[in-house]
Amino acid sequence: MSLLTTNYLTPTGREEAWRFTPLKRLAGLHDLSSQVSDHISLTGKNSLPTGVTLAIANAADHPPAYASNDLITNRIREKIKKVLVLSIAKDVELTEPIILNRSCTDSAELSRVVILAGVNSKSTVIIENVGGGVVGEEIEISLASGASLSFVSLQEWDRTAVHLAQHHAVVGKDAHFTSYVVSVGGSVVRINPTVEFTGAGAFADLYGIYFATDGQHLEHRIHINHGVANAKSRVNYKGALAGDDARTVWIGDVYIHKVAEGTDTYELNRNLLLTDGARADSVPNLEIETGEIVGAGHASTTGRFDDEQLFYLQSRGIPADIARRLVIRGFFAEIISKLKNESLEERLMARIDDELAKVEQ
Amino acid sequence: MSVLEIKNLQVSVVIESGNKEILRGVDLTIKSGETHAIMGPNGSGKSTLAYSIAGHPKYLITGGSVTLDGVDVLEMSVDERAKAGLFLAMQYPVEIPGVSVSNFLRTAVTAIRGEAPKVRTWVGEVKAAMSSLEIDTAFSERNVNEGFSGGEKKRHEILQMELLKPKIAILDETDSGLDIDALRVVSEGVNRIKESTDLGVMLITHYTRILKYIKPDFVHVFANGKIVEEGGSELADKLEEKGYAEYITA
Ligand SMILES: Nc1ncnc2c1ncn2[C@@H]1O[C@H](COP(=O)(O)OP(=O)(O)OP(=O)(O)O)[C@@H](O)[C@H]1O
Ligand SMILES: [Mg+2]
Repeated sequence: MSLLTTNYLTPTGREEAWRFTPLKRLAGLHDLSSQVSDHISLTGKNSLPTGVTLAIANAADHPPAYASNDLITNRIREKIKKVLVLSIAKDVELTEPIILNRSCTDSAELSRVVILAGVNSKSTVIIENVGGGVVGEEIEISLASGASLSFVSLQEWDRTAVHLAQHHAVVGKDAHFTSYVVSVGGSVVRINPTVEFTGAGAFADLYGIYFATDGQHLEHRIHINHGVANAKSRVNYKGALAGDDARTVWIGDVYIHKVAEGTDTYELNRNLLLTDGARADSVPNLEIETGEIVGAGHASTTGRFDDEQLFYLQSRGIPADIARRLVIRGFFAEIISKLKNESLEERLMARIDDELAKVEQ
Repeated sequence: MSVLEIKNLQVSVVIESGNKEILRGVDLTIKSGETHAIMGPNGSGKSTLAYSIAGHPKYLITGGSVTLDGVDVLEMSVDERAKAGLFLAMQYPVEIPGVSVSNFLRTAVTAIRGEAPKVRTWVGEVKAAMSSLEIDTAFSERNVNEGFSGGEKKRHEILQMELLKPKIAILDETDSGLDIDALRVVSEGVNRIKESTDLGVMLITHYTRILKYIKPDFVHVFANGKIVEEGGSELADKLEEKGYAEYITA
């Protein structure tokens, strides 16, 4: 993919990449009208284990590993002088997650983060986005061969926040990248999780959950580029929507190039509409240039809350509000339980309950 | 001693083109310890009766009354009916993705009993109930009814009944889909619960087979939205032989 100059033009909203996004609510991130500080708001929350470093470095020393066609990413690359670099050394196996926490200032921030997972390393990185903020973010994640990285991005923002991001993973030979994108807070959250593979046996597992209530816009645009043979990808995003003008967008683009024989890919998006007035767009898109693949498929559903489930639970004495909570927790459980981290799972379930409580008020 | 009294119950199903009348004046009284078998042709309204008593929102009560120990059931929400002591073992139990059987049972029992069961005794209580119904304990970790076979679903309905200890239970074709051994196990389960709690039972069925295990005190023939004949267990044998022809009027 080449860098077209049109990437640098201010979007009008008619472009395919922007047609779902409420440009007026981006706090000027898309048209350069926002005041941008050079504050780096992302910091380590816990002490770093041996073999892990977190440092602010010159942007020039960490040039992008890939060409992005995302407007915000390119704008970030042009603007910033410093990047935050998290390195996990070769062969390091971490038992505890590395937690990075954002605390933004009043002015907007453009942020480029580089995560390097060394050969055969094993780690979990959690990024917590809380409070208010206006952030344009690029996270570039490189998994060296045999590396295994779980990357968790939590959007627990206040309702004022604007967060436009690209999370790009370059997954090496026999490396396993797992990402969990959890978006519950924010006014506008637009995250593009993108993946490319550089060696056989590479595997990307992308999970996401989102819950949009009144007036929130939560958008996730996945792009998986199968440009090498024998790589595998799985995508499973689930969202709930409730309240007037709750809006979600899920785009799942998967490209299987001619050389990518032996590709195995499946993507899934399910949306649950809890009330009238909410709208979920779901657009899976699979392009295949070779027939020599293991499998390629996608599914997308958007449905209403199932009253039969509610009736069944209530008929066992369970009050309606608890029954609804059970069903919605159940809807998300399939993904949340994959985290295999009890405190994080409970925290996310609690956030789901919080969102639901807002609906019931 | 409890009494469920159904008087002149009239029910329509709410459909897009308006309401369709299904129940046309059902009268039935069920007391603790009694077993009433309801038999009738497909589509005659048996499940409608069961769902209406449980409070399914699809049905509109257009006349009559249902009381449990003199208290108006039709005024209660679905969960209140269950708390009052009514239980419906459904013909088609609903799958609840992502909700484990153990979580579901605990939540239901907590709601019905008004307090969470004691951790120490609870596990044993569930295990005992499961083993008496020959349900593998591995089901605890599975999602409610998800991927269960027809017979497994029915056993789980009775498992819930055993733990929730209702006063009056409606079993809607609990015997359908059960193999010969499962029918015996489930029937013995129902009889055990009846003995220990003096449960009153409305048993909706198409087959006399289950009535060999669970002896009905009364048999009611249900046709065209109401009870058209009543008798003892000999009536079931007659139906088995002659069918419903004489009750169906064009
Ligand atoms: N949504 C609906 N639209 C139209 N008719 C309906 C609807 N729901 C129920 N009915 C009708 O109501 C009637 C009674 O159904 P019900 O399920 O109570 O019968 P049943 O006696 O339990 O039958 P079975 O023995 O087959 O279980 C049937 O004719 C059925 O088609
Ligand atoms: Mg029926």
